[in-house]
Amino acid sequence: MPVPEGSVPDDGDALVVLRGVDKHFGTLHVLQSIDLTIRRGEVVVVIGPSGSGKSTLCRAINRLETIDGGEIRIDGRPLPAEGRELARLRADVGMVFQSFNLFAHKTVLDNVTLGQIKVRKKDRRSAEERARSLLDRVGVAAQADKYPAQLSGGQQQRVAIARALAMDPKVMLFDEPTSALDPEMINEVLEVMRQLARDGMTMVVVTHEMGFARSAANRVVFMADGRIVEETTPEEFFGNPRSERAKDFLSKILHH
Amino acid sequence: MFDFLEGYDLLGAFWVTVQLTFWSALGSLVWGTLLAAMRVGPVPLMRAFGTAYVTVVRNIPLTVIIVFTSLGLFQTLGISLGADRFTTINFRLAVLGLTAYTSAFVCEALRSGINTVPLGQVEAARAIGLSFPQILRIIVLPQAFRSVVGPLTNVLIALTKNTTVAAAIGVAEAALLMREMIENEAQLILVSAVFAFGFICLTLPTGLLLGRLAKKVAVKR
Repeated sequence: MPVPEGSVPDDGDALVVLRGVDKHFGTLHVLQSIDLTIRRGEVVVVIGPSGSGKSTLCRAINRLETIDGGEIRIDGRPLPAEGRELARLRADVGMVFQSFNLFAHKTVLDNVTLGQIKVRKKDRRSAEERARSLLDRVGVAAQADKYPAQLSGGQQQRVAIARALAMDPKVMLFDEPTSALDPEMINEVLEVMRQLARDGMTMVVVTHEMGFARSAANRVVFMADGRIVEETTPEEFFGNPRSERAKDFLSKILHH
Repeated sequence: MFDFLEGYDLLGAFWVTVQLTFWSALGSLVWGTLLAAMRVGPVPLMRAFGTAYVTVVRNIPLTVIIVFTSLGLFQTLGISLGADRFTTINFRLAVLGLTAYTSAFVCEALRSGINTVPLGQVEAARAIGLSFPQILRIIVLPQAFRSVVGPLTNVLIALTKNTTVAAAIGVAEAALLMREMIENEAQLILVSAVFAFGFICLTLPTGLLLGRLAKKVAVKR
């Protein structure tokens, strides 16, 4: 569902809402009064030069980064500060990291069942069943009994996606999911993400993969220096960027 | 040549050494792990306690701690740890002192192991909704222990030899018997050699076995 340019999504459908979010790293003002609404089923791709605050934005949504000001609401409820409440909310927000971060001492299958058993309190049998079907969906079913170090980067990242999906999250956050991958493995991960987008998953994707932004995003958010500079459809952003900052960024990454 | 050994219960004395080592190792593993958990935990008061404990205890000579358990805890405060025979009281006091001391080193070894677990795994664990105690128990400590089997072996070997300090409060372990034999026998070098050999018999296999274990359980990254 493409969003008409400049329109503010109607709040009834809003899943993740950021209002005036501020964050400092020492003297660096890394997020400057960010307003962003992500609707159910929407795929939002966040792009921008490094240091623009896009990863921090992504990590703030499940409070891996605390914020100094403003408000983040998920499914209508403000983000809890800490404790049990926060843990419960995080279980509803899937996260995929740049460096995969699989649990190194656990098998692939255990990586995917752990959260289901310990957080969702499922019994082992149904957790394993679900894990195997998810591993099958991301194309690594054959690796279920191996350890993460025995897998390629692309396979590890797909396991990480399965691990996040196993929690039945309302929204999935992807923090540069393909940046640590060898080039030939990027597509297998992007394909899984595209499939996820087609299935209607709400996704926030921080990435440098412009092809993915073009083909899978409903909306592109362009960030620079801690601000959202442009927020529009991929066609509009890549075809007719309005800000100088975006034109400059696109000229650097598209014409080389 | 080894006639001087007659009439002494050498095996019995070393058996006490083994028991001292075993119970103190068990105790310091538990207490040391708790201390490490406090030191990396989110509660400032516990972090401060853990840090203060390690800093203080690590810097007091073991002899002072062992003597304090007897003079301070037992004779002054009347703490007998549920025993009524002197030998049992002293044995338990020695285990307590050795545990209190050794756990500071276990804590620090373990903490260095905790630092080898990539922060990303902790973040991933948080992101699927695990609580801090769960993350520590399921993700961090299992990997931390595997990476510090080597350093913990050193602590265990040091503990085995440190049990000789228990002689200061009259626990009938190997060093006390050695002192007695040195008083009574003429073959001083041989007496020392016998006890040195005895300790090597205890610590060498420990080192070899745990060294093999360390290689086996290492987490591949």
